[in-house]
Parts: sequence; C-alpha cells; structure tokens
Amino acid sequence: MLEKLESDFRKRAPKVDFCSLRFVRSFREGLAVRQDVPQPVHREEDAGVMVTVMHNGGMGYGATSDLSAAGLNNAIEKASLWASRTAGRSVVDFRKVSMPQPKGQYSGPNKTPWSRTSVRDKFDLLMSLSKRLKFNDKIVDWSASMGHEDIDLFYLTAGGGRVYQQLHTTAPDLRVTASEGAEAQTRSFGGGIYCLQGGLEVLEQFGFANAPEQVADEALALLAAENCPSGKRDILLAPDQMTLQIHESIGHPLELDRILGDERNYAGTSFVTLDMIGEYRYGSELLNVVFDPTRPEQLASFGYDDDGLEASREYIIKDGIVVRALGGTVSQARTGFPGVANSRADGWNRPPVDRMANLNVEPGNASLEEMIASIERGVYMRTNRSWSIDDSRNKFQFGCQWGRLIENGKLTKLVKNPNYRGISATFWQSLSAVGNADTLEVLGTSNCGKGEPNQMMFVAHAGPPCVFTDVDVFGGM
Amino acid sequence: MQQAFYGLIDKLTERVRGNEVLLANFAGEESDFVRFNRSLVRQAGSVHQRGLGLELIDGQRHLSGRCSLTGDETTDRSRADRLLADLRESLPTVPEDPYLFYATEVNNTEQIVANRLPDSGEMTDAVLAAGKGTDLVGILASGGIFRGFGNSLGQRNWFATYSFHFDWSFYHTADKAVKTSYAGFHWDQSTFDTKVVNARQQLARLSLPTMTISPGGYRIYIPPAAMQELMGMLMRGFSLKAHRTKSTCLLKMVEEGRTLAPSVTIRENTAEGMSPNFQGAGFIKPDSVTMIEAGKLKDTLASPRTAKEYGVKTTGSEFPSSLDLAGGDLDDQDILTKLDTGIFVNQLWYLNYSDRPAARITGMTRFATFWVEGGKIVAPLNVMRFDETIYRIFGDNLIGLTSQRDLLPSSQTYGSRSTSSMRLPGALVDDFTFTF
Repeated sequence: MLEKLESDFRKRAPKVDFCSLRFVRSFREGLAVRQDVPQPVHREEDAGVMVTVMHNGGMGYGATSDLSAAGLNNAIEKASLWASRTAGRSVVDFRKVSMPQPKGQYSGPNKTPWSRTSVRDKFDLLMSLSKRLKFNDKIVDWSASMGHEDIDLFYLTAGGGRVYQQLHTTAPDLRVTASEGAEAQTRSFGGGIYCLQGGLEVLEQFGFANAPEQVADEALALLAAENCPSGKRDILLAPDQMTLQIHESIGHPLELDRILGDERNYAGTSFVTLDMIGEYRYGSELLNVVFDPTRPEQLASFGYDDDGLEASREYIIKDGIVVRALGGTVSQARTGFPGVANSRADGWNRPPVDRMANLNVEPGNASLEEMIASIERGVYMRTNRSWSIDDSRNKFQFGCQWGRLIENGKLTKLVKNPNYRGISATFWQSLSAVGNADTLEVLGTSNCGKGEPNQMMFVAHAGPPCVFTDVDVFGGM
Repeated sequence: MQQAFYGLIDKLTERVRGNEVLLANFAGEESDFVRFNRSLVRQAGSVHQRGLGLELIDGQRHLSGRCSLTGDETTDRSRADRLLADLRESLPTVPEDPYLFYATEVNNTEQIVANRLPDSGEMTDAVLAAGKGTDLVGILASGGIFRGFGNSLGQRNWFATYSFHFDWSFYHTADKAVKTSYAGFHWDQSTFDTKVVNARQQLARLSLPTMTISPGGYRIYIPPAAMQELMGMLMRGFSLKAHRTKSTCLLKMVEEGRTLAPSVTIRENTAEGMSPNFQGAGFIKPDSVTMIEAGKLKDTLASPRTAKEYGVKTTGSEFPSSLDLAGGDLDDQDILTKLDTGIFVNQLWYLNYSDRPAARITGMTRFATFWVEGGKIVAPLNVMRFDETIYRIFGDNLIGLTSQRDLLPSSQTYGSRSTSSMRLPGALVDDFTFTF
C-alpha cells in the first residue's frame, strides 16, 4: 500500500515551493480487568494522510482517511487552496523556511511483540494481578490493565524526501482505591506514566507482575495516614513526580511556539522570552536538561520529527543556563535560534507543532540515601496525581499520591495528600541535590494536550529524584 | 453519507451468523481549521475523516474494533468486512462479560441541521478584518459533524450538524488578554461585529495600571465562561460508578449528606443540548436527568455497563454532554453593583483537585480579571491561584446565580470536534480563597 501511496503522490504532487505527504497508521489495543471482571476489549486501527503545501509564502494542509488516488487529489487540492488563501496573510513567510528533504528509516524496539501472546493469556495475567489487589474490605475499587500501540509513519516530500518509521509502545497500569466513610485514597502503579517503547518486554522492565501487593498496601496505609503538614519544607521528589515537574515547568515554557505566541488562546504563553535563550539562569548549577531522542526505549524516541528533521541529542539547559529552546524547523526559521527535532503531530489529521518528545534531567552524583540524610525537615513525595500551572508556566501547584516526612535526615511518618506550590522561575534555582545514575527512571505519558485544533501527544521524561529547598507544602482538608 | 452508512450496515447485517448481534457506530467530520496568531494566519487546512466502529456480540462475549473509512463504497465494504472477520476470529478468545448490555428495542431517530455555513474562506476574511490593529490569536473551526448508529436488529440513528466555532483572544501584553468566542450554525456578521466591539472595549480596560492582590478571601463574580471550567471539574462526579467506587468528587454528599445551596440545580439536559441523543450501544438518552436538585443529590448517570453492574436503568452515558445549571435571580445588569468591591473574573484556567474527596479545587485566573470597587472596574489584576471547595463556592458562600444563562458549545477538538455544550449562569460568590 505504501508503494502505491508513494507512486500516487509523486505523480500528483503540484509544482509548488514545497509539498509533503505524511501517512500515519496506528493500531491500538487495550485490555483491562476491573474488580476481577474482564472489561470489554477495544481495538482501533486508524490510517490517513496529511498533504502540506507551501507556496508563495502561504501554507495549507489537507488531511483525509481516503487513501485512494481520488482522496489524495482532494487533499492536495485543499492544501493548495489554503496555501493560496494564506499567501501574504500568514504570520510565517514560508518562503523563508527551508524544509528538510530527509532520507532514512527508524525502527523502535520490539523484542517481544504484543501479538506473541493471545488475548486469553493477557487476560489471564491481568486477572491474576487483579485478584492480588483486593485483600481488604476497605479496598473498594481495583483494576489491572495494559495497552499497546503500533505506529507506522511514512513521510514523503516532492523534492525526493522519504522516511519510514515504526514505533511500538506498551503501558501497564494498576490502580487501587481504598475508602472508609467520606475518605478515599487511590494509589496507582506509576500514575499512568509507566510507558515505554517496546513490546511485552516492557511489562517485565517495570516489574508489573510483582507490583500488586505494594500498590494495595500503600493505598490502605494512605487511608490511615495523617494529612501532609503545611509550611516551608525541603522536598524530595521521586522520578514519577519529577516527570510532571520537568514537563510542566521546564518543557512547556521552553517551547518556541508558546514563546512566539501561537498557543496564547489555548495552552498558554511562556514567562521565557527569546532574549533569555543563551543567558537565563533557569536553575541551580546542578540542573542539566537534554532533548534526547536517542534513548530507544524511551516513549518519544524517533529518527525524524513530523517535518522530516533528523533527531539529535541536544542540551537545553547546561549547568543551570538555558542554551537552546524546543522548536522545530518552522520555529527555528521564525526566530533564527537553533532548536531541536520536535515538530510533531498526534496523528495524520493534525498539523505538527512544537512538542517536547524526550526531555530529560541528567543524573547528578547523590544516592537516594544521601539525599534523605541531607534533609533536616522535609517531605518525600511520589507519584503525581494533581497538576495546575498558570498560562505563563510560572505559578504552579502540584499534588502527589504518597508522601513521607523526612526529619533529621530520616524517613518518618507516612502522610496523605501531599501538595506543594512554587514559581518555575525560582523553583529550579532551589534545586540542591540531584540523584545519581542508579536512581534515574525512564518514564512517559501519552496525554499531553496542546494545539489548536487540539492534539494529545505522547512525551517522555527521564530523571533522577531531586531535592528542592524551602518549598511551600500542604495537605488536604 | 447517511445512506452510505445505512447501506454498509445492511450489507454487514447480511453477514451476521447464528446468534450474533452486530452494533455499528459511525463518526465523520468535514472540517476546516484556521489558526491565527498576531492577527494573521498561522496554520490552515481541511480534515476529512470517517471512522466505523463495530461491536460483535455472541452470547455474553463481545469485542469491538474500529477502522477508518474512505467514502468509497467498495473500499469501505471491504474494510468493514475485514474488521468483522477479525472480530469474529478473536471473539472466542475473549472472556464472557457479565455486564454486557445493549439496546434490543429498536428506536430509530434522526437529528439533522441543514448546512447554512458560508465558505470558511469568507469567515477567515471576516476574522482577519476584525483583527486589524490588534493582536488576535485563536482558532476557527467549521464544517460538518456526523454520527450514526445501526445494529443488526434493525435500529438506525443519524445525527448531522454543520456548525462553526471561532474561539479567540485579543491580546494586550504578556498574559493580559480578552478571550471571546462566537459559535453557531449560521454566521451573522452583525453579531460577530458586536462581539468584536465588546471585546475591544474590554481590551481598552487592560491598559489601566495592573494590581496584584494579597492572598485571602474575596467577593468574586464568575461569569458563564469561567463557570464552564468549574463545572468541568464536576463532570465525573455524577457517575454512578464513581459514587459506588468512592472516586466521585461529591463523596461528602454521597456519604455524609452534604448539600449545596438550594439555588443549585444541575441536570443533564440532552433535549436542549447540541449532542446526539443516541449512544454507542443503541440506547436513546432521556431528555433530562436531574443530578442535583435544590442543592441535594438526586439521580446519577450510568452507562449501559454500569447500569447492568449495579442493577439500575441506564442514562446512556456516565458523563454529561449537555450540562445545565439552573439560573438564579441575579440580573446580569446589576452584577457590578452587587459585586460592589471584589474581583470580576473572565476566565478560570487549569483546574485540578487539591483534595478530590473533599471537592477541593485549585486553579488560576486567566486573561482579563479586574478589581472592582464601589461597583466600578478599577484595575486589571495579575493572575492569582485559587484553592476552594465546591461546598463553599456553590454552598455556604454562594450569594446568587444570574437569571441569564449562556449556551456554551465546547471548543474542544481532540481527535475530532466536540458536540458537547453547557448552559450556565454566572455566579456571585463571597470569601473566595486566593492563595498566591
């Protein structure tokens, strides 16, 4: 089918400044057992193309699920019409954008393909895990689930570019809710961020089969715990909270399209301005952040972005200073600043925008024990459950599922509903310790919302636990 | 498109064997999207998409799948046949489902809104003209949205609507802006012009020197557009499953009998909403379900599966798509006078739970938020974070709701254009807590 698509495109591509075709085909399957009852299985196959035309400074796209020659013709006509309509009326003069003409291929890991075991076998596994989650009457809801997606990406340019990429992702999850009276506490296996590229081997990488008892035990313990105290304390954030912290208060503020104002009506703007790139101290000298599409198992690894730009590892923050922002080919042309290969779309029916992909905090040199020992009065927080940040990505309030007090260098009492507030511009400057390579975890999420029309994208963050000093923390009611 | 879908179901029904039952859902869209920044176009294009969902049922086993359609009859029949064959092959490997529940009584319906939209190029011209001399940023989405249901028992349902939604902001500087929307089925230039003039007038107020308020409790007016965000946080709170599994944000109402103010009545008002009245298992949604009546919990929403699990009647869906909060007795025209001294919010943003069982919510003010003294707007405010409970906002501290309500179509376009909407009044609230 891809050969025919390529042949049809090459025959029909109009004589314009630039024309590309992006084909995306995905196959998803989700399986779940809730309260020891198998849930309905859903399979979804989605396929379509987006044709992009740039001409005389304008740009337009036409996207269709009709992959016939006639469907392709219609998409080309629509893209050409919008390019014509927007010429001279675009915020970007596309004549000044030099689009890549890439040639290559990329294939992500897939050691044990999803199809290697039957649906029945997968349900057997989920059922056995589900039954281990419920061992106390206070557990009122519990589930075990896993999802998988195979993605084919085929990108062509009329100028001869041709890239084929295959990705496979797998995400396991466990959830337990414990309740008594009007109180309820939910504990999950990673909070929905245990997702990696790969097949069934991902389940083993996360220790899925060994996790149920701990998840359920912690939900019950949280139900009996006191609320997190209020006041200024140091906080030690585990990697499954660092993911959210990196994402919201480093990733989004450094996206060039936000800085350029494209997102101001929806996802928001940024407190970062172009003149800060190369000079601004974002965090303490311990902060090093990389855009890293080269770690194959990480969720948002790829060879080329959706505008065909070849992906490479780049420092975004070095020794606390912002050295580069997150912008793809178009944003780089608009600003004159270097960027990264992060122009990405969540499917064939949405145009690429600047996205994070893999954005990682590099490990430091502290062990977890050393970090705990360094804290006189603090809270160790794990697993995100709540997030809210202003549209400049500055004032934030985040909450975790699990907290434990640190007093005089030792872990003490378990606390529920740990929340903390901060301001991005100063929070990262309070970074006082960064976990070493042994403490680093590679995590991801498939639900980053952005763009108009809206797009839900998979992104990923690897990071070690980190200590931040003198943070405003508080608990529940 | 309707006849093509019905024809496809007829053909698929011929392939149903023995005791099999087949459910089919269609979702299609022919949309134009024009994105604006700095009063120019950022990205523009068209999306044509059609998808078919099939659910094959045999006894208590069922399996569902989806494939894309092209619009070409032969190709689509071939794809649908292949999907059906795949489902049939895998069905024996799927466990039996004790909560399987689908409509067996045939109810045919048709909701069709005729296409009265102008060419999206003309709407784009109007937007660019309106943005001249200002910094306009936003999205125009327009075109047809189609939904269908059919089953091998003979039921057929069709929903087609042609609508537009222009969601935009006039920016002043940094994070100060006036956000507005214009949505409907027929573009009326004079209505649009009026909205533009009103937005420009508000924009002028953002030129006043800004103020920053100290953390604390303030009297606040929350207009319908901002109420949409607060109500969005309650959307999962009405689900029967959420009640039974203690994950509802209304847990204190369920377990302790907490109440909201007597002026608060919340319904799922399908009859006056903008969404299809049928759902994926073939059930027709009731015209109206009252979830909170005069401040007290009343009915819950239950999907067919949840209904079967807990032995109740299904409402078709677990979550509202046409949420309706009854109006009160405050007059829009008197709001500034009634507010007297306090905060006039235009939009709230990025809400999430600080403590879900306690219905405690945090979020930010966004865009144009004003400090009001003696019933007059004095200054724009810098963004502030709030942290409040539903029980205080819509209970102890609720001064009143406006009698005028706005119908607010959802602007969401994740995967496809939403057909959800809310009909909401504004709310005047005392001692609303801002934290930093």
